[in-house]
Amino acid sequence: MELKAVTRRFDQSMVLDAVDVTIVEGSFTALLGASGCGKSTTLRIMSGLDRPSDGEVLLRGVDVADRTAYERNVAMVFQSYALYPHLTVFQNIALPLTMRHLGALGRFPVVGQLVPGSAEARRLIRSTVETTAESLGLSEVLSRKPNSLSGGQKQRVALGRALVRDPVLFLLDEPLSNLDARLRVRMRAELVALHKRTEKPFVYVTHDQAEAMAMADQIIVMIKGKVAQAGSPRDLYDRPATMEVASFIGANSINFFRPEDGWTGLRAQAPSAVSGVRPEHLAPSSTGQFGAHLETVEFLGSETILGLRTAKGKQLTAIAAGDYAAPTPGTEIKLEVTPNRVHLFDPNSGQRLCAEGA
Amino acid sequence: MTASRALGRLASLALLLLGAFAILLPFIWMLSLSVKPQDEIFSATFQLIPSRLEWQNYVKALTETDVPRYLLNGVIVTAGILFFQILFAVPCAFALTHRTFKGRTALFGLILAALLVPFHVTAIPVFLGFAQIGILNSYWALILPFVPTAFGIFLFRQFLSQIPADLFDAARVDGLSETAIVWRIAFPLAMPAATAFAIFSVTAHWNDLFWPLIATTDPDLATPPRGILFFRDEESGDDVGPLMAAATLITAPLVIAFLLAQRKFTQGLATGGLKG
Repeated sequence: MELKAVTRRFDQSMVLDAVDVTIVEGSFTALLGASGCGKSTTLRIMSGLDRPSDGEVLLRGVDVADRTAYERNVAMVFQSYALYPHLTVFQNIALPLTMRHLGALGRFPVVGQLVPGSAEARRLIRSTVETTAESLGLSEVLSRKPNSLSGGQKQRVALGRALVRDPVLFLLDEPLSNLDARLRVRMRAELVALHKRTEKPFVYVTHDQAEAMAMADQIIVMIKGKVAQAGSPRDLYDRPATMEVASFIGANSINFFRPEDGWTGLRAQAPSAVSGVRPEHLAPSSTGQFGAHLETVEFLGSETILGLRTAKGKQLTAIAAGDYAAPTPGTEIKLEVTPNRVHLFDPNSGQRLCAEGA
Repeated sequence: MTASRALGRLASLALLLLGAFAILLPFIWMLSLSVKPQDEIFSATFQLIPSRLEWQNYVKALTETDVPRYLLNGVIVTAGILFFQILFAVPCAFALTHRTFKGRTALFGLILAALLVPFHVTAIPVFLGFAQIGILNSYWALILPFVPTAFGIFLFRQFLSQIPADLFDAARVDGLSETAIVWRIAFPLAMPAATAFAIFSVTAHWNDLFWPLIATTDPDLATPPRGILFFRDEESGDDVGPLMAAATLITAPLVIAFLLAQRKFTQGLATGGLKG
């Protein structure tokens, strides 16, 4: 699947601005961005539920801009799961197959039984649904209605409905955001396993960078309707292309030092640049390059997050090891920056300046 | 404390009973007359319970008069109206909520405006039009004027607008056509609204006397209320027992249907956004 210079306008407002996206066969791509950045619109354009105002949508090299989601044979899992409440789990999963294998007459409740070939199609549907349900652990609940299921089960039914069609592309729109934290981590692993098993490309929309980093082999960061950066999780973490990407990626938000904040550090080659240092690359050390006053201490077990303030009033976050004995707040401590882990950005455009880092 | 509360409850109960009695009295009287022997009906003393049950009134109403015919006509006309109303109102409501097209808001505004126009305003033009194309005195004349229903579209629209759009998008991805989405997804979900609407529609058209009186003269096409009129004219008022039996037979289906669907009815109204 490939989007070429796709633009989408709603009335006057530009939601997508010349977006280029390439999704490789068998890849797991995460579309990452804050709400309203156009990631869901991108997904809808991929699915065929929405049409681009401009640009091309290619699926396996063929322009599919005019084809519906069904004709493209893409599957979509919605944030709300979008299960049909009046149908049982079995019927929910079977519906895409019913539409494919049975004619208009064959779908009628009673008359349908009499249509030639429908009995065979029904057998095929039944066995496919049962196999899919079994692989997702849903065999027990096939006759129940979605309302009586737990969040995780609903999620699996929605996946089952996508899987059963054997689509060329899976599109997932924040599928885990309605689950509680523990279940989310488990479903994450299940999704990755599912991706391995099906060997089909997955496109996964999320606003949670941890989810994207954990699951995807390609992350596309979208900011204000534009692709800010596309690359592997490691690429994005090690070499963020802009300040915005740098602040989006990473569990703890990055520290930016402007020239007026003091500490010039590695800015020798570009005196006016903004340098970014991740909290995990900023640790207390007796031989540190600069000092700051300790304000808050968050002990997390494996690590300790320190909130600090420099003499010029700049707020910082640093991470110390879990066994770090924090002094009382207010004390000045020395901080050391891991070498080669400083990112330099142009202060005006926010673009990455040079090849610092790994 | 408890005594005064019991007293208050007693007072409200008494008031309710009084109100219910006032409303039910004509029906009780109708029921009573329908099972009274001929000689007791015109007796000078007031007696609610007949001395013996005279089932002959019902037999007479059902066998010697056209009441069964009227009931059948009532079923054909109300079922026909309801069928076509739903056939058109549900797709309209779906289009108004879950499809985007130019002038959608304006169109909905027009439908709201149409809610304000009583049927009596359009009755004469419709009558003249039907006379022109020559379909007066037919079932179609009784059914067609009520097929476009602003109220139905409004009710279904309010209901469907609460259903998340994701559900219909999912159905599109699953390969359902827009028509299939309407009938396989939207309509089953809108069942409570459909039940409420069905009760409104059936009650209104089962009891309607105005339009059948204008559009039909053929006794064979008479709906129940129109039939009662024929009946009364023929019998010139002296055969009250069978007349009341016929009236009971005509009222009963609605009362029974309402009792059966009562819960769904209130539920449909509440979720249809019509409460308050």
